[in-house]
Amino acid sequence: MIRDFFRVMMVNLTTGKTNIIERPGRSEYLGGTGLAARLYEEFGLMDEDWDHPDQPVIFAIGPLTGYFPLMSKTCCAFRSPYHNQYTESYAGGKSALSLRFADLDALVVVGKAPRLTALCVGSRRVETRDVEYMRGFDAIHTGRVLRKIFPGSGRRSIMRIGPAGENLSSYACINVDTFRHFGRMGGGTAMGVKNLKAICILGDRGFELPQTKEYPKLYKHIFEQLTTTEMMSKYHGLGTAVNINPLNELKSLPWKNLQQTTSPEASNISGETFADHTLLRNAACAGCPVGCIHVGFVREQFQANNQYLYRQVGYDYEPIFSCGGMLEITDAAQVLRVLDVIEKEGLDCMSAGVALAWATEAFEKGVISEKETQVTLKWGDAETYMEAVELLSRPPNDFYRLLAQGALKCAEHYGGEDYACVLGQEMAGYATGEVFFVSEGLGFRHSHLDSGGYAYDQKHEDKDVKKALDFLVEDGRGRIVLNCMVGCLFSRGVYKDDLLAEAMESVGYGGLNGKMDEIGERVQKLRWRLRIGMGYNPLAVKIPKRYTEITTWKGPIDTEYLEALRTGYAARIMEMGAPLEDEE
Amino acid sequence: MKALRAARMERCIGCHSCSLACSRQVHKFLSWNKAGIRIASAGGLSTGFEAKLCLACHPAPCADVCPTGAMAQRKDGGVMQKKNLCIRCGKCAEACPVDAIFLDHQVNPYVCIHCGRCVDFCPHDCLEMVDLPKKEKEGGE
Ligand code: SF4
Ligand code: SF4
Ligand code: SF4
Repeated sequence: MIRDFFRVMMVNLTTGKTNIIERPGRSEYLGGTGLAARLYEEFGLMDEDWDHPDQPVIFAIGPLTGYFPLMSKTCCAFRSPYHNQYTESYAGGKSALSLRFADLDALVVVGKAPRLTALCVGSRRVETRDVEYMRGFDAIHTGRVLRKIFPGSGRRSIMRIGPAGENLSSYACINVDTFRHFGRMGGGTAMGVKNLKAICILGDRGFELPQTKEYPKLYKHIFEQLTTTEMMSKYHGLGTAVNINPLNELKSLPWKNLQQTTSPEASNISGETFADHTLLRNAACAGCPVGCIHVGFVREQFQANNQYLYRQVGYDYEPIFSCGGMLEITDAAQVLRVLDVIEKEGLDCMSAGVALAWATEAFEKGVISEKETQVTLKWGDAETYMEAVELLSRPPNDFYRLLAQGALKCAEHYGGEDYACVLGQEMAGYATGEVFFVSEGLGFRHSHLDSGGYAYDQKHEDKDVKKALDFLVEDGRGRIVLNCMVGCLFSRGVYKDDLLAEAMESVGYGGLNGKMDEIGERVQKLRWRLRIGMGYNPLAVKIPKRYTEITTWKGPIDTEYLEALRTGYAARIMEMGAPLEDEE
Repeated sequence: MKALRAARMERCIGCHSCSLACSRQVHKFLSWNKAGIRIASAGGLSTGFEAKLCLACHPAPCADVCPTGAMAQRKDGGVMQKKNLCIRCGKCAEACPVDAIFLDHQVNPYVCIHCGRCVDFCPHDCLEMVDLPKKEKEGGE
């Protein structure tokens, strides 16, 4: 092990001062999501809003980061501009290994810079640069310029925001190394409000390894499991986009703002179609041999006489569902063009796509008109959607300003709440049924990753409320342990309890074995406690009417079951997040 | 005598498994720098990746300038490294024409010794070991 405590760099953008602080608690919080929550508890302001300059933005890695393959993610925690409560998001790229080799378990940024700023940290470096001239630069251009400002190709990670984050949309993302993102809940805005355009992390240190025979042997074993067995071939091959066809067949693919759950057109934007026609190559997060990142390309004629340009755009299942099916764009290349604009503007693509889907239906129903939208929103019309994305990220009027705060906020003002596909945040791409709707709607991260509710729906036709709730709580807890490690959730089939224990043992954290469940439970409670302490009331969460109108492979949605799950899960969350004195 | 070649870098996914493997097995470090092979994007991730590694020159400019014999010429190309002889002057890295020698902050040089232990860890088969042509004796004897 490198150390049995946490080493954290605190950067204060108001004062320009940096501190290295050391904190105990490895055996209570492990790292990642646990460490982030623990740091928020210490440095976060419970009684101030998300945009208070002293609210921290926290990046944390885990005990095995860099030591083993697929321990390749970073947890980013902050008070969300979306709902003004504690939240977190995960991304890979080179962020995790860069933090490891910068000799940090976490980076905490507080304060607000007087002007737009870029921050560079490393094991022997901390520096801020005035980059006011980058205001309005898109995320790709920003990356390009930063690579020149902070050299270190191959051993640095560059995290940056686009105009949406500067303009305080509540779902702006942080772009990490071009193809990865802290996507959900507005991390980009949490940086934007600090006047922080970018963070460059230089991973310039190395560490002694345990001098045992076990470590390299175990590494090799895990590496082989990940690369030679079938377990990960889905992620490597077609990537998560493989889900389009099966979900469509299961009548669980959100389509046209969830007016449908299946469409004969879906195969035109399936993983297979993308692979056959647009896939350019694969890429990987540093430390991950799987390479699930799929980079597609689009080419565009920009002048007569055969003058073409081409762009590279990353795709995955969620971006295809949200900017393809939800908008009824049924041509792979057109989906990529919309995604490309979203990428540059620095918005979360799921939120942007789903919000525009709501706007299109509202437009169709006459709830809003061109007076608000400025363009004629029309299903399948990629060209117009590209314009609308720019309007969303650089809002010219109140309508786009509100839509950039979320479809539901906009609907509350103009009408059309019934068909705003919002489950906590603009929905993820699984119209699988009641358990998923409740899981995402009330979930901690408001994404599909909190627990496998979507998979539960697909496997269980019974409607046993207690069984489903037990599953949500326990599966959630299991994922929290992997989130403390900040391992990629795709690897959860490989890193079972025994293997994790062996891995921990081999690098000197064996003392924590047997404690993982306890840690998972502690962190689960702490996260809910933080959320509830900031005003979260799970009982008040509504599932919009649209979700009760759909049909899945199981038939129409059972509203009684849905309601029982909703109130039941809310009660469980209140229990988990009860104040500490009740707990002891 | 064999040498490591980054023969198919257009397949590279940027996972750094090769550098981590070299660092772990050859140099006994957890690092992506302290390694004989290092992966960099060729100018942003959309331009693909390049590998920085020893090309097995003969004569090797790094061995030529090394004042202590810590970098010694291998018979058919490339170098052998004797860490105990190194005085950490950094001349080898300066002399390398392709930036293949990494100096850490204590000026320890890291260079590929063409052992091939990274090859098995590349999931895309970008790397391979090739036979170096036998060097003719000087003067064409
Ligand atoms: S740093 Fe060491 S190996 Fe390199 S030239 Fe100097 S003595 Fe030789
Ligand atoms: S051949 Fe050996 S020394 Fe060279 S990069 Fe690979 S593992 Fe390192
Ligand atoms: S292991 Fe192969 S794919 Fe991965 S970075 Fe090295 S050369 Fe590229």
